[in-house]
Amino acid sequence: MSDEKSSVSDLLEDNQYKYGFTTDVESETFAKGLNEDVVRAISKKKNEPEFMLNFRLKAFAKWKTMKEPAWPNVHYPSIDFQNISYYSAPKKKKVLESLDEVDPEIMRTFEKLGIPLDEQKKLANVAVDAVFDSVSVATTHKKKLMEQGIIFCPISEALQDYPELIEEYLGTVVPVGDNYYAALNSAVFTDGSFVYIPPDTISPMEISTYFRINTEETGQFERTLIICAENSYVSYLEGCTAPQFDTNQLHAAVVELVTMDNAEIKYSTVQNWYAGDKETGKGGIYNFVTKRGKCAGVNSKISWTQVETGSAITWKYPSCILQGDNSSGEFYSVALTNGHMQADTGTKMIHIGKNTRSSIISKGISADQSSNSYRGQVKIGKNATNARNYSQCDSMLVGDKSSAHTFPYIETANSSVQVEHEAATSKISEEQLFYFESRGISRENAIEAVISGFCKDVFKQLPMEFAVEAQKLLTLKLEDSVG
Amino acid sequence: MLEIKDLHAGVDGNEIVKGISLSINKGEVHAIMGPNGSGKSTLAKILSGHPAYEATSGEIIFDDQNLLEMDAEERSLAGVFMGFQYPVEVPGVNNAEFLRMAYNARKVKAEEEEIDPLDFDELLSGKMKMLGMEKKYKERNLNDGFSGGEKKKNEILQMAILEPKLSVLDETDSGLDIDALRIVSEGVNKLRNENNALILITHYQRLLDYIKPDFVHVLSEGKIVKSGDKALALELESQGYDWVTKAD
Ligand SMILES: Nc1ncnc2c1ncn2[C@@H]1O[C@H](COP(=O)(O)OP(=O)(O)OP(=O)(O)O)[C@@H](O)[C@H]1O
Ligand SMILES: [Mg+2]
Repeated sequence: MSDEKSSVSDLLEDNQYKYGFTTDVESETFAKGLNEDVVRAISKKKNEPEFMLNFRLKAFAKWKTMKEPAWPNVHYPSIDFQNISYYSAPKKKKVLESLDEVDPEIMRTFEKLGIPLDEQKKLANVAVDAVFDSVSVATTHKKKLMEQGIIFCPISEALQDYPELIEEYLGTVVPVGDNYYAALNSAVFTDGSFVYIPPDTISPMEISTYFRINTEETGQFERTLIICAENSYVSYLEGCTAPQFDTNQLHAAVVELVTMDNAEIKYSTVQNWYAGDKETGKGGIYNFVTKRGKCAGVNSKISWTQVETGSAITWKYPSCILQGDNSSGEFYSVALTNGHMQADTGTKMIHIGKNTRSSIISKGISADQSSNSYRGQVKIGKNATNARNYSQCDSMLVGDKSSAHTFPYIETANSSVQVEHEAATSKISEEQLFYFESRGISRENAIEAVISGFCKDVFKQLPMEFAVEAQKLLTLKLEDSVG
Repeated sequence: MLEIKDLHAGVDGNEIVKGISLSINKGEVHAIMGPNGSGKSTLAKILSGHPAYEATSGEIIFDDQNLLEMDAEERSLAGVFMGFQYPVEVPGVNNAEFLRMAYNARKVKAEEEEIDPLDFDELLSGKMKMLGMEKKYKERNLNDGFSGGEKKKNEILQMAILEPKLSVLDETDSGLDIDALRIVSEGVNKLRNENNALILITHYQRLLDYIKPDFVHVLSEGKIVKSGDKALALELESQGYDWVTKAD
């Protein structure tokens, strides 16, 4: 019997982390180290307008005075920020006129990842911006979107073509000195995506960015800015993978979202960065990300959905500032940790306007020796009359060496509000799986059923294809950890 | 159909089943009785392929197949069904969905087309009616928060859907109220035919009034110490187990 079982895991073995390859492309990489000259050099390299350089310098000055946060429930040797290269770009001679000029190796990389970029094969209903190391290499469906006035391009390009939009919004949701990693990102970010949806426009397709870290010992610092004007809607997807290296790589992104009156942004992430060696814990991505949305307009809405399955360490709290009256924020999260992974993730809901609503559904799954913490803050300001929040934070433990922690913080300065918090912990047990098997249902299907049952409320928020992929990913990752 | 030959089995190196031989033919009903801790559930778990329980020697042949070489999933697909004494709760997994997965696993094995949700719903409604189960059990999560008796009914519902060749019912009667016992027993009787067989593990002779056994075996300290017909169960009821275990 035990032979049978190991053959199932053998079968899945080579699927362990199928994105762990590297691509051989010529790239231009800055020498390691960080100082003001590096910041200036990045800005110069990108031929940025002056306001941008000033933004970076201000952030860098702030960063130098700051300390790495010590409050998250994660442990790692301190990072030597001088031992990281802050710029790595695939070498290219001039600005690319068309996709034909993208290095074919890179095109193949994205195809391997299931994201074909070339005109014939590109995904019909998803516009993709592909970011390779720190630089955007291709954006699909741009023209089609432009017909409706939707701007979707690398942020480096937006700085050239729409500097006034960037100047108006960049740093308004996440100020340069917001936190240690955000300050670092603001100083050195090299690329990312920019989306602008004009008033009265429903984006005709999903918009997505696909991040890939390729070069060893480079940090990836992308910057995403999405603005959704009055009465508009966009659904945005983000996917991430990285090759397998023994050393840790730093990923410190900043994402800012802004919604005007009656606008809605739905932001979904399936994160599958390399998590380090399952046995030894060596290598893997440090994912220290600041994501925040501002519901600036009345009746506006921002909804974050995340499925976090990778990274050695995750430090991430997609948040909503509910400024407009009647605005609402949602956070749906599945965070899976296994092996030696550590995740400290959650959300912040800041209620400022009247009748603002927020809901938080967090599902943490921890297996092996991993540690999984939910950290959530609900803050209700004194003018937020009739604000409401509902939070539900469930944990599932797989095996008995893993741990789950919940840290809810609730602050209310208004007595008319309603705040509800529920939490539960459950276990996926060998007895449950045996029960399925004794009815002729395979172990894989059993795990999938239990996990998808547990994550139901989150998965139903994801676009269809994403939900299917997310579910497979979780099942695959847990296959070896149960029993 | 089932041939158990000198089976020794246990858990964590402790021998619990100490040499059991038992032969069951198609169409037969065998009752297994015996004091608490005598190894009845252990025998049932060994039959169903529970990974924690290990057979150290002996053989189990089911329809010409060596059962001990098959895992739980394969045994189930081959037609062995276990009605658990303590069915496990699985929050988040819908009961009807679970039943359909189990049903379709058989279809896949037989290389037949899977049943669609609507047809399955019809099949399920029929079986639930037969067992006097209310519709709401379709919507509930698998055994989650079910009462003791409801869990047992749900086991029989699974048996009714899967139509196994050999069913091992471990104390299915315990926890059922008087009416439920009658209804469930009638249901089980309806499922019986000349091609399937039943092992009933029970403490109470009352169940055997409803489902008439062809043989009654008494298990004590991991061995079958006495076998007989229905009269043996009656005798046990009036005299207790000392009578057989001491006589050995
Ligand atoms: N997983 C286990 N670990 C340790 N001991 C076990 C385990 N399973 C069974 N046993 C022991 O084996 C013996 C037989 O248990 P079993 O459950 O088979 O008895 P039973 O005849 O079904 O009893 P009951 O009538 O109370 O249901 C008991 O002493 C029990 O404690
Ligand atoms: Mg028992």
